[in-house]
Amino acid sequence: MLKHLFKEITRRPMGVACLVILAVLYLGTVFSQFLAPYLPTDQDLTSAYHPPTRIVLEDWRPHVQVYEQVDPAAARYEPIEGETAPIKFFAAGEEYRFWGFIPAQMRLFQVEEPHRIYLLGSDGTGRDVFSRLLYGAQVSLSIGFIGICITMTLGFLVGGIAGYFGGRTDFLAMRLVEFIIAVPSLYLLIALRGALAEHFEPEQMYLVIVIILSLIGWAGAARIIRGMALSLRQRPFVLAAEVMGQSSLRILFRHFLPNLASYLLVAATLSIPAYILAEAALSFLGLGIQEPGTSWGLMLQQAQELKVFTLNLWWLLTPGAAIFITVITFNMLGDVLRDIVDPRQQMVKR
Amino acid sequence: MLFFIIRRFVTMIPLLLGISVLVFVLMAIAPGDFLDVARTQEDIPAEYIERMEEEFALGEPWHTRYFIWLGNVVQGNLGESWIYRVPVTELLWQRIPATLVLSALSIMFALCVAIPMGVLAAIYKDSIFDRISSMFAYAALSIPEFFLALLAVMFAAQTGWFPTGGLSSVEHEFMSFWGRMADYAHHLVLPTIVLGMGSVASYMRIMRANFLDYIRSDFVTTARAKGLGEGRVMFVHVLRNAINPLVSASGFILATLLSGSILVENVMNYPGLGQLIFEALMRQDEFVVVAAVMMGCVMLMLGNLIADLLLAWSDPRIRLEKN
Repeated sequence: MLKHLFKEITRRPMGVACLVILAVLYLGTVFSQFLAPYLPTDQDLTSAYHPPTRIVLEDWRPHVQVYEQVDPAAARYEPIEGETAPIKFFAAGEEYRFWGFIPAQMRLFQVEEPHRIYLLGSDGTGRDVFSRLLYGAQVSLSIGFIGICITMTLGFLVGGIAGYFGGRTDFLAMRLVEFIIAVPSLYLLIALRGALAEHFEPEQMYLVIVIILSLIGWAGAARIIRGMALSLRQRPFVLAAEVMGQSSLRILFRHFLPNLASYLLVAATLSIPAYILAEAALSFLGLGIQEPGTSWGLMLQQAQELKVFTLNLWWLLTPGAAIFITVITFNMLGDVLRDIVDPRQQMVKR
Repeated sequence: MLFFIIRRFVTMIPLLLGISVLVFVLMAIAPGDFLDVARTQEDIPAEYIERMEEEFALGEPWHTRYFIWLGNVVQGNLGESWIYRVPVTELLWQRIPATLVLSALSIMFALCVAIPMGVLAAIYKDSIFDRISSMFAYAALSIPEFFLALLAVMFAAQTGWFPTGGLSSVEHEFMSFWGRMADYAHHLVLPTIVLGMGSVASYMRIMRANFLDYIRSDFVTTARAKGLGEGRVMFVHVLRNAINPLVSASGFILATLLSGSILVENVMNYPGLGQLIFEALMRQDEFVVVAAVMMGCVMLMLGNLIADLLLAWSDPRIRLEKN
């Protein structure tokens, strides 16, 4: 089924575009330590709010323009005419542990100290925004996948059991679902976070966010799956399996799951953006990922300063653009998948 | 009709009870309490804190406090804000109108933009306008509200055309009545657009899909065969039918607006319910949190109820009593 789906996606230009963008994003995330010139915590207080450095060609080799600070209060930097520093590719930088266990030093590009390269400028403590974007992607892009796996499992179990058994189980499960849906989700998110956070270390916030998001997210999926399970229950093959004496669990996994798989896949793709957005929103409110970690939402929170707005430090808002690109790609891919899996529900072409 | 409304109100009661219990439990699980800030300050005497502890009944388990609170609520007393030392009702009265106005304006803005755009996109299907508007819908659905709010603040700061936050300017008190209204309106433009943007996209997609559904139905062919003008067919026959799902979608959209308003109100410093909830949760101002969250849910349920009533009014096929 997956092979067939992949083939169908690649037949559509929009699907191909989405896959390419996602591949670039996730490769960038996986190799972020290699691609980023600096560590996300690497400060340089002498170059706070540094604008993106210009890249110039000298002797057909890329060089970075060197800047001098003119006015520290207004974060004004002027390029020094004629002074540049060469960019070194595949050079050794500060040591890091690749994927957490392989010690390495090699980075894609580096600039001779004391000059620094800021592809997307620097923030208030002189940290490289580009590097932080790449490191932040590790949180922002993975949280959707992990969250969605937990949610869909929970949603399938609750919805499937409620739909299959019906009666009191169904009644209880659906009242719970309605309750969760009735409360505006961000209220619940913040309240749950307040209750859970202090029981964990600040470094475990990632885990806390995943738990919170999954605790809320399963309700919507469960309701729809229950509806589908209700109709599946009456189908001859399920009745046959029952007559043959198969256990409920076996029916649930052997007969319901394959029939719901395509829905689960589409729903998963379409709800990943919700997770990315929710993590960003929590971090943005200062309730998610904490320093020294990074995530796109946290970076946006730190950009929420009067200075940024009045001095037009647009590069500090690039995490927002990154969230936007990721979310729009997942949304489009979800629509493409839905068109393939369920042509009757097409929204775009009718 | 009256019976339907009463029944809806009755079903709200268990839900509100559930929510209040949930909030109390969650706040009890969260370590620390409101007095943590006071305890760390050395110039506040210990007797004072003890007296406050006793007054707020912080030493009791959550269920005891819950029933004390519930008893007061039944008598119409929602308790007192520990931060501001004013009754919670007073605080809510200040904040709810602001959020209501913002939500209502956002929905109106969304409808005013989305209906014409959705209709045009459906009539001129596959044209350039259709493509551009569907791209716009994708973009508007995908942009995080708080990022849009940041962009709006940036825009306001750079151009100076709009205030960067708040609900009124400093000299508000000295203005004439119309001057005040204009001042409010000036402050509301950006928050309304920011909050309404996502709803524009959802409404537009629903509108377009429904319009396309009805455009090919038999009664439209009949209307055309009778020789009615195209404008009359489109706007009286098709639009009249296609608009109903928008009404029922409004309830769902209100829910997303209430969630989104926490973020937008915080970024744009708008004194609404969302900001109040956030601040109270951070400071563990228990009664304010419970009351404000419940008010948010009541607003949501009332919104759903109004949407249902509107739907019954606009679509004569729907009979509420029989459901």
